[in-house]
Amino acid sequence: MATPSGPQGERENYLNKHYGVGSWLLTTDHKRIALLYLISITFFFFIGGFFALLIRLELLTPAGDLVQADSYNKLFTMHGMVMVFFFLIPSIPAVLGNFLVPMMIGARDLAFPRINLLSWYLYIIGGVMMMHCMLTGGVDTGWTFYTPFSTAFTNTKIVEAGLAIFVAGFSSILTGLNFVVTIHRMRAPGMTWSRLPLFIWAHYATSIIQILGTPVIAITIVLVAVERTLHLGIFDPKLGGDPLLFQHLFWFYSHPAVYIMILPSMGIVSEIIACFSRKRIFGYSFVALSSIAIAVFGFLVWAHHMFVAGISVYAALIFSLLSYAVAVPSAVKVFNWTATLYKGSIRYDAPMLYAFGFLGLFTIGGLTGLFLACLGIDVHVTDTYFVVAHFHYIMVGGALMGYLGGMHFWWPKISGRLYPEGWARLAALIVFIGFNLTFFPQFILGYVGMPRRYYQYPQEFQVLNVLSTAGATVLGVGYLLPMIYFLWSMRYGKPAPDNPWNAAGLEWKTPSPPTTFNFEEEPVVTWEAYNYEEIDAHSDIRPDEEAPSVG
Amino acid sequence: MSDSPAVAIHGEAHGEAHGAAHNPALLHHFAEPQQQRDAASLGMWIFLATEVMFFGGLFCAYLIYRRWYFEDFGAASKSINATLGATNTAVLICSSLTVVLAIWAAQTSRRALLIGSLVLTMLFGVAFLGIKGVEYKEKFEEHHVPGASFSFDRVPIPRHPDQYANPQHAQIFFSLYFIMTGLHALHMIIGLGIFTWLLIMAWKGRFTPEYYTPLEMGGLYWHFVDIVWIYLFPLLYLIDRHP
Repeated sequence: MATPSGPQGERENYLNKHYGVGSWLLTTDHKRIALLYLISITFFFFIGGFFALLIRLELLTPAGDLVQADSYNKLFTMHGMVMVFFFLIPSIPAVLGNFLVPMMIGARDLAFPRINLLSWYLYIIGGVMMMHCMLTGGVDTGWTFYTPFSTAFTNTKIVEAGLAIFVAGFSSILTGLNFVVTIHRMRAPGMTWSRLPLFIWAHYATSIIQILGTPVIAITIVLVAVERTLHLGIFDPKLGGDPLLFQHLFWFYSHPAVYIMILPSMGIVSEIIACFSRKRIFGYSFVALSSIAIAVFGFLVWAHHMFVAGISVYAALIFSLLSYAVAVPSAVKVFNWTATLYKGSIRYDAPMLYAFGFLGLFTIGGLTGLFLACLGIDVHVTDTYFVVAHFHYIMVGGALMGYLGGMHFWWPKISGRLYPEGWARLAALIVFIGFNLTFFPQFILGYVGMPRRYYQYPQEFQVLNVLSTAGATVLGVGYLLPMIYFLWSMRYGKPAPDNPWNAAGLEWKTPSPPTTFNFEEEPVVTWEAYNYEEIDAHSDIRPDEEAPSVG
Repeated sequence: MSDSPAVAIHGEAHGEAHGAAHNPALLHHFAEPQQQRDAASLGMWIFLATEVMFFGGLFCAYLIYRRWYFEDFGAASKSINATLGATNTAVLICSSLTVVLAIWAAQTSRRALLIGSLVLTMLFGVAFLGIKGVEYKEKFEEHHVPGASFSFDRVPIPRHPDQYANPQHAQIFFSLYFIMTGLHALHMIIGLGIFTWLLIMAWKGRFTPEYYTPLEMGGLYWHFVDIVWIYLFPLLYLIDRHP
């Protein structure tokens, strides 16, 4: 196939093949849909971040001076809803997964390209509904919608927010469905299961959770909406219903949802650590299967959110034990990544800095998760800032660090441009410092008794809260920087070679940026994943010096 | 698995690459029709798994309240017209048969049978919704629709005729009855939409013995909706009927 030149003399690729709004809004190219998602989730990330900023500003002083209780309730609710359902859950799968899953397995597209586009539209419809809901009053129940407060008492827009999440949930289901079918049916010849990149294994496990978990939150939302509008008594104890049933149904999805956020991030970290240590990942099959194990165990631990809600002691014991069990596959991953580093030729580029950040922060988040799985300690710290700090270490320190690492790692492939490495390393450092300054004080605050979801607090908590707010400001700068230099690099960045990191993996065998159908010839895979020893033995060119290859 | 041999060329002119085997229904990103069929089928089964989880939440709620309010659920269940429910079960089973006939007709190029079976399937579907409507009307007239005008006073409990069922608990039964059968009916309506589309495709002669994937997928969906009813029928209509 000839490679016709684009208007700027560039070769034809997925970005310059067609122009115009219509060519983007009606595209079925998984890479363009990934960019549509990138823009949309970035928008919601900054909306959610704005709420976080207001929360932290309010908590700068013990008194309620910026907002009062009602507004504060809405702020943390909307921060949670936006970040969980409109940023974290779609983030890595819908952006990097969409872009990379077909390329990593040697396919021309996902199995169902039109369903892929449909899932973006569902996300946007859900997002518009959520924006409308927030602009016309919002919700004040916390993102958990606990009944009977949500169905019988609050006057805020529960039904509309619920429907927004319902619609966005279908987007998530369709993405997962598309990935599973693609990974099963679209692999290139020779791309066996044991040669799949761990990013693919992680997305496979994530998809299973999206497919089996999301419908349960959907039906739960239907029940809440029906109960609230028709005043039925399914969850309302006054009418004979069971509020605990709501919590069971809610957490049956919402606990595994945490793994929807963290598993793809683990996949990214596996790719980055192998590449920047120039080694095959230690214990490939253990890392791969631990993703599946996390997905399976993840479905069996939900009631650890309900230890103080009145479930039976025996149920609590079993759920506590299972929650410890889910730490095993997570620890397998951390140990294997560490063992991969051992005697590796480590390079400290920005993606690797994020991967290191992930390793440390995820470990702290995971270990404090074990505190919470322990029945005695959980009673002490339930509904305190300890819990808030714990899940932010997982979701921000883990999932978001991985996402940023992945964005840097694959940015040359996505945009065809190199980002400024110096600025990127600085940003990674700022994010790491800002993150710890924000959330570490919250562990202490929680442990000494500051409850979550209050807009006022006693004087003695102020020092730690000021530290946390200062950290959040630093963190905000850390998040703005990549957005600025990524945009800058799209115009002024150096053109990226096809494989700037000299990385293994089929996605690097395509041009940067790739053509619409990724591969000019269907690849045939004859090598194992992460064959870095082999790659480095065959090339003595330093990755940075490699000349851009022209197709 | 899907490690398909051959077909290494994926140029722009894919029609050439697929050669004589080229099928107008083959989408550009699949190597061959078999791969496309396998993908569609796996995708449909996964979608049905999500549907199982969707209804699963409702069945879970049902089981819990059935155990909590055992006698009240029995009394409430007895007030539903089981004859209509049984008729509907028969109607749906017949419709599943006509779906299978339609697929067989496509496989064996029997155009008249294909179109006839699709029309019959849709007629059964409409009949089901009609009978369901009659049943809802009965419930409405008996004030068994949950809400402000709900009443279930002085209904004896089957096993203890001297005691009355608790109206509040019976209302939970009726809430679940309407939500479960309502969502099921919604799935039937969506099914009718899918079958209208299949009928148009069949009318235009799009299905051949080589290509009838949409029929198979539509059929899987229809059978799934039937199976949900096969579980709903005993749980809602038959739990307290004894000879």
